[in-house]
Amino acid sequence: MKEEIIIAGFGGQGVLSMGKILAYAALMDNLEVTWMPSYGPEQRGGTANVTVILSDSPISSPILDSYDTAVILNQQSLDKFEACIKPGGTLIYDSYGIHRAPTRTDITVHRIDAMEATFEMESAKTYNMVVLGALLKIKPLVPMESVIKGLKKTLPERHHHLIPMNEAAIIRGMQLTE
Amino acid sequence: MEEDVRLMKGNEAIAHAAIRYGADGYFGYPITPQSEILETLEAEMPWETTGMVVLQAESEIAAINMVYAGAACGKAVFTSSSSPGVSLKQEGISYIAAGELPALIVNVMRGGPGLGTIHPSQADYFQATKGGGHGDYHLIVLAPATVQEMADFVTLGFDLAFKYRTPAMILADGMVGQMMEKVVLPPARPRRTDEEIARQCPWAVTGKPATRKPNIMTTLELDSYQMERNNERYQRTYRLIEENEVRYQEYYTDDADYLIVAFGSIARICLKSIEEARKQGIRIGLIRPITLWPYPYKTITGLSKRIKGILVVEINAGQMIEDVRLAVEGRVPVYHFGRLGGIVPNPNEVLDAFKHNFPEAQ
Repeated sequence: MKEEIIIAGFGGQGVLSMGKILAYAALMDNLEVTWMPSYGPEQRGGTANVTVILSDSPISSPILDSYDTAVILNQQSLDKFEACIKPGGTLIYDSYGIHRAPTRTDITVHRIDAMEATFEMESAKTYNMVVLGALLKIKPLVPMESVIKGLKKTLPERHHHLIPMNEAAIIRGMQLTE
Repeated sequence: MEEDVRLMKGNEAIAHAAIRYGADGYFGYPITPQSEILETLEAEMPWETTGMVVLQAESEIAAINMVYAGAACGKAVFTSSSSPGVSLKQEGISYIAAGELPALIVNVMRGGPGLGTIHPSQADYFQATKGGGHGDYHLIVLAPATVQEMADFVTLGFDLAFKYRTPAMILADGMVGQMMEKVVLPPARPRRTDEEIARQCPWAVTGKPATRKPNIMTTLELDSYQMERNNERYQRTYRLIEENEVRYQEYYTDDADYLIVAFGSIARICLKSIEEARKQGIRIGLIRPITLWPYPYKTITGLSKRIKGILVVEINAGQMIEDVRLAVEGRVPVYHFGRLGGIVPNPNEVLDAFKHNFPEAQ
């Protein structure tokens, strides 16, 4: 098993931390994992992306030119990464703010309305967990209990009371897609 | 034991490994892409647990001279910076080498020259392996490719530095500093006591008892004949290190027709290129030097007698390629591929570069 994933969007959307929680969950599942951010002076409003690789064998390059799965949260990232998905791969994108829809026909495309769902839930900070839920529904890479373990590892203990809220957001995200 | 398997950045792994090694002190000044080393040490507050000193100095130059002083006292001390900051430290590093003192220096390289970019680079290879500071000296240079090696090379670097009484450097890049991977941290051990240091480091400045002459640490020697003898002693140490401490990793070399030589995180990108090439029937092997000094010349010389050509891949304009060419002695063509200024090539670009240089391989 090997899954090469790019998660890309605006800085501030929680792209890096979503990747981190996914990576931690995979670690809890005894998988090999790399988490490679586009690091730099990114800030709210700029673009940010992270490459996460999960594998049951040692991982060579943490930097990739093509991906099994792309999770795309803004137009710039869609423009940049749509062409980099492997034939037969998966594209998951949030429709919010997208004015040029994806055109590839050799990949599976899932449109999710995660931003809208987050507005309905009135918890903007769990947006990335809604997206993670949708990803895990489409690609059951790691079980929910590993994600919760991952959340516990990622969040400082003083924030552990927020875990149920994040879990609810993940479940909401799972309902966004068939 | 499950507690010791963590997911962390390479920079964080260095900080945790140093505390667990029983390091006595860290002196540094923040610079991207390695600031998490200082940040993690500050957050862990080892001064409350092991008694390790963590100090943000007023500059890189101050930090390396604090390391010089700590090392003179036989303490396990280290500093870290990124390329422009490591340039500032070079005078101090030369003094530490001349003083025959153990110390660890971490360089998480970024694109240069000048203040450059904050993105990954390997353009300080010459500086790390060919001197950097003035005078005839060498550093033991370790090139980590994984977060695990970032942790492991803290232990290895300190151990080698103390074994040979010479400074060691971890030459990493922004990629392995910033990426997160699974890491198993070394077991924690206590810092050495003053008595242990006095016993294990009889050369150190530990407070002179009446029973011995003072240990004087100086790099100034106005008698050139004595300075020549000092230099001969340094060189004997370097020959010993060259004989005993060469480290490298080989992949797919058994049946290889061609070789890629790459170090650090770039070697991992090349490994993916090689796996793709092998699917296409092109048999490439990989040599990843782990010690950049001492360099695995003999291994590359041996392999050059049974392969058709070598591509050296490094994110600089061509530095390690000089050492590969020294080893190959003109037997086969040696070409270079690199990106500059902080750009990291992807596996596809590396394979394209290989095919461009060796069109007959397809």
